[in-house]
Amino acid sequence: MIPAGFEYHRPGDIASAIGILQEHGDEARVIAGGHSLIPMMKLRMAEMGHLVDLQAIEELKGIEVGSDTVTLGAMVTQQELITHDGLASAIPLIREAALQIADPQVRYVGTVGGNVANGDPGNDMPGLMQCLNATFELSGPDGRRSVAAREFYEAAYFTARDDEEILTRISIPVPGAGVGQAYEKQKRKIGDYATAAAAVMVGNGHASVAMTNLADTPVWSDSASNALADGDVSGCVAAMLEAIDPVADNRGPVEFKKHVAAVMLRRAIERAQSRAG
Amino acid sequence: MNDQTLTPEERVANLKGMGSSRKRVEDVRFTQGKGNYVDDIKMDGMLFGAFVRSPYAHARVVSVNKEAAMAIPGVVAVLTAEDLAPLGLHWMPTLAGDKQMVLADGKVLFQGQEVAYVVAENRYVAADAAELVEVDYEELPVLTDPFEALKSDVVLREDLAGQTEGAHGPRKHHNHIFTWEQGDKDATEAVLGEADVVAEEMVYYHRTHPCPLETCGCVASMDKVTGKLTLYGTFQAPHAIRTVVSLISGLAEHNIRVISPDIGGGFGNKVGAYAGYVCSVVASIVTGQPVKWVENRMENLMSTAFARDYWMQGKIAATKDGKITGLWCHTTADHGGFDACADPTKFPAGFMNICTGSYDIPTAYLAVDGVYTNKAPGGVAYRCSFRVTEAAYFIERMIEVLAIKLNMDAAELRRINFIRKDQFPYQSALGWEYDSGDYHTAWDKALKAVDYEGLRAEQAQRIEDFKAGKTRKLLGIGLTHFTEIVGAGPVKNCDILGLGMFDSCEIRIHPTGSAIARLGTISQGQGHATTFAQIIASEIGLPADDITLEEGDTDTAPYGLGTYGSRSTPVAGAATAMAARKIRAKAQMIAAYLLEVHDNDVEWDVDRFSVKGAPERFKTMKEIAFAAYNQAIPGLEPGLEAVSYYDPPNMTYPFGAYICVMEIDVDTGEWDVRQFYALDDCGTRINPMIIEGQVHGGVTEALAIAMGQEIAYDEMGNMKTATLMDFFLPTAWETPNYTTDHTVTPSPHHPIGAKGVGESPNVGGVPAFSNAVHDAFRPFGLVQSHMPHDHWRIWKIANGLGMHG
Repeated sequence: MIPAGFEYHRPGDIASAIGILQEHGDEARVIAGGHSLIPMMKLRMAEMGHLVDLQAIEELKGIEVGSDTVTLGAMVTQQELITHDGLASAIPLIREAALQIADPQVRYVGTVGGNVANGDPGNDMPGLMQCLNATFELSGPDGRRSVAAREFYEAAYFTARDDEEILTRISIPVPGAGVGQAYEKQKRKIGDYATAAAAVMVGNGHASVAMTNLADTPVWSDSASNALADGDVSGCVAAMLEAIDPVADNRGPVEFKKHVAAVMLRRAIERAQSRAG
Repeated sequence: MNDQTLTPEERVANLKGMGSSRKRVEDVRFTQGKGNYVDDIKMDGMLFGAFVRSPYAHARVVSVNKEAAMAIPGVVAVLTAEDLAPLGLHWMPTLAGDKQMVLADGKVLFQGQEVAYVVAENRYVAADAAELVEVDYEELPVLTDPFEALKSDVVLREDLAGQTEGAHGPRKHHNHIFTWEQGDKDATEAVLGEADVVAEEMVYYHRTHPCPLETCGCVASMDKVTGKLTLYGTFQAPHAIRTVVSLISGLAEHNIRVISPDIGGGFGNKVGAYAGYVCSVVASIVTGQPVKWVENRMENLMSTAFARDYWMQGKIAATKDGKITGLWCHTTADHGGFDACADPTKFPAGFMNICTGSYDIPTAYLAVDGVYTNKAPGGVAYRCSFRVTEAAYFIERMIEVLAIKLNMDAAELRRINFIRKDQFPYQSALGWEYDSGDYHTAWDKALKAVDYEGLRAEQAQRIEDFKAGKTRKLLGIGLTHFTEIVGAGPVKNCDILGLGMFDSCEIRIHPTGSAIARLGTISQGQGHATTFAQIIASEIGLPADDITLEEGDTDTAPYGLGTYGSRSTPVAGAATAMAARKIRAKAQMIAAYLLEVHDNDVEWDVDRFSVKGAPERFKTMKEIAFAAYNQAIPGLEPGLEAVSYYDPPNMTYPFGAYICVMEIDVDTGEWDVRQFYALDDCGTRINPMIIEGQVHGGVTEALAIAMGQEIAYDEMGNMKTATLMDFFLPTAWETPNYTTDHTVTPSPHHPIGAKGVGESPNVGGVPAFSNAVHDAFRPFGLVQSHMPHDHWRIWKIANGLGMHG
């Protein structure tokens, strides 16, 4: 449980951080809260010569709640998401989901940026951000660009982010009034990844449905969302079951996971619908 | 106030003796982060050891190349079996009469087995160097199923090739370790043949792990000037470790000092001797510098002692009215690559023959076959006496299975088969003499406390609602009445490596009336410093607050066999009372001299001796203590101290009635413990608060085991649950509320009537949780399903019963 040696960097602004990444190429990795990366380093499954700590970069902090858009700095912690009342009234789904991530000690340190950027299919925020149709801002040597959360994930730990880019901000459209939201998660214990989790938004003739830890990326399904928008719950569940591709692990075999996925999705839909309108 | 004005009740209260919920004296340092654990020890020039471990479950070790590792600055040595062989230390004896590789000698038998030991100037360099040791393996066929292992041509233990006789009798196959038989086979088979009803089932108690918060570790320090080795370690049996180190290393025992400092939980995991201890001692002898080794969490779960892994095939016979007439059990015990079970020598399957439980079963037979597989060695008593949890789980499942067969209420089936109070001392069909018990009283109290009838009515309604589609949740009522056998044990039949399982206490009273007591046991969180002082306080009338308690330093403490199997109170607690009584006997003579009366003319009164018939004439224990040091008393030596080595005449037999009420979601397999009632009868209760804490902790471990905790392997022998992500350790969130209760049936042979309690909640808790799961599905046709009852396995039960449409 002792990581291999590395150089530690603590830049004060985004440009310096990118500079370090450019200098060291794939020898360097950024670290936010560290709750995914540090265990991997201790297991020596991740080894890098240079670790770039983002915690001193003020530009990466802060929650802004606008009338149409919420913006989250990448270094906003789960605890900040939970305790921000303006955020909770604009997008209650975020608090509801963040409260189901890890445990309080981890949530004080774990960040939303790290959670979405790492590409771990077990993380909750990627599916949530897909449900919310968030956009990720990436900063790199050539400036900034935006990638939709629904386009960001390629495979487990592989994303649209280039090695020399840093995920800096997350923009989320504020769902209109009357949109019901729910996050339903089954897990074995506090701190565990989901056996299956569902994020649902429904209302005003629209719907969005995404699921977590049931494939090597989060799964947002256009057809499942459309079916739900049309009020077809069974069609939504059937479409989602087509879209997911769980693998057997200690949580259980594929058959079980698919069954639980359907149960979580139905429960999330039911709760979201009860909050809609 | 002075001694004259206090009432006897006030004087008793001031002692904080037995029966007082005295606060734990240990917690002052633990709650401030001031404990002193092995990894807190820092010594000048201390080196660090780290293991290179096998990634394969079964493989030949073709070669080990140290070059790249040795090239790193700060690496002092890389030890392999070749280096240890000249010292005869590449293998070590196990507690079970087998031997075990310290470092891989030509092959490995389980994933995580120790292959090489790197010694470096700090733990970071040691970890880096361990990565660079190149080991060339040649994979061999892997056996993870004990039934298959007994049929396979693959020879796991080539070192034993041709040995048809093992430590416990004949070996039937090259992967077979022993057969252990108890009871009357022919008579039992006859009973089964004639019975009205026979229920038969395979009851599997899966492999799990004690997983103490602090992992195993040690610091070995060889002083080349004095020739003395000091070994600090997480040892549950420091004195036995000293003897074992002496026997293995050839160092004279007086030149070895073993110290167990504060220990962060043991639960059986820290009883045995591990490769890390041997390698650290060798490394310190070779380098002349202290060497520290502390395993990490994954190493702990993968390589140090597991628990359980018993396949128990059972048959239980009864009359049509439910009177049990016979019990038959054949157990296949998966011991892994080496037989490193921690059991008394004559009991290779521990006290599994307590498997007749709380019931008057006239005829019984038990056979246990130990088997080698490609899994980690161990088989320790995880918060239970030796294999007692397995036995309790087996009988409490068989009772339920029989109740289904008879279509009877399981509470009533238990009641009509309990050993009656007037049958004690009770001779069991499998060879034990139960010392005392009052099962009917405890059972009735428990059923009444939870409103058993009301629960059954609620359950009946729930079943109707479920069938009507009104709910998707079932209600399970898990019953257990367990009987333990703890306090090993009588030297006549209990020893470990030839060391009789007595225990000891030495008490010294200081001139001003305070005291120090030292015991052969060692607390790992049990609160010995609190409770043993209470025994002394009640016995000799000095306040518990004025009594220091020390354990764990073999240079100062009297010899004892350590703390596991709930033996501290039954054995060392008895020694404590007996040593205190020796002191009181001498104090009586001193008091009589001071009061100028005959020895027989004074009587004991809480904290003093007073003249019979003249209670105003007395000498307090404090006064007597001072007199022992400042007066020449004819016929008596100065001083006031005593030592007792206590060889118990029998085991003790704590018992209890546990009831769990559980809600189960048939769609997700999720469970919720709505109520858990635990009634324990541990005989005389020394500190009720500590008992309650023990029950809370033990039931929580039982919850973990029953509901998710396991050591699981895939077909290649890869360990799948090596981190706390997958190895279920409940947090406060998953831990239910518990209601504790008690009856008191003192042990008739123990000096203070105490029986031990630390392990009851694990023994009773596991069947209570498991029976709740089974009970929920019983109306739908479930008879038996294996633990752990994690979400997917519960879901699988529901799915198999057609509950998912």
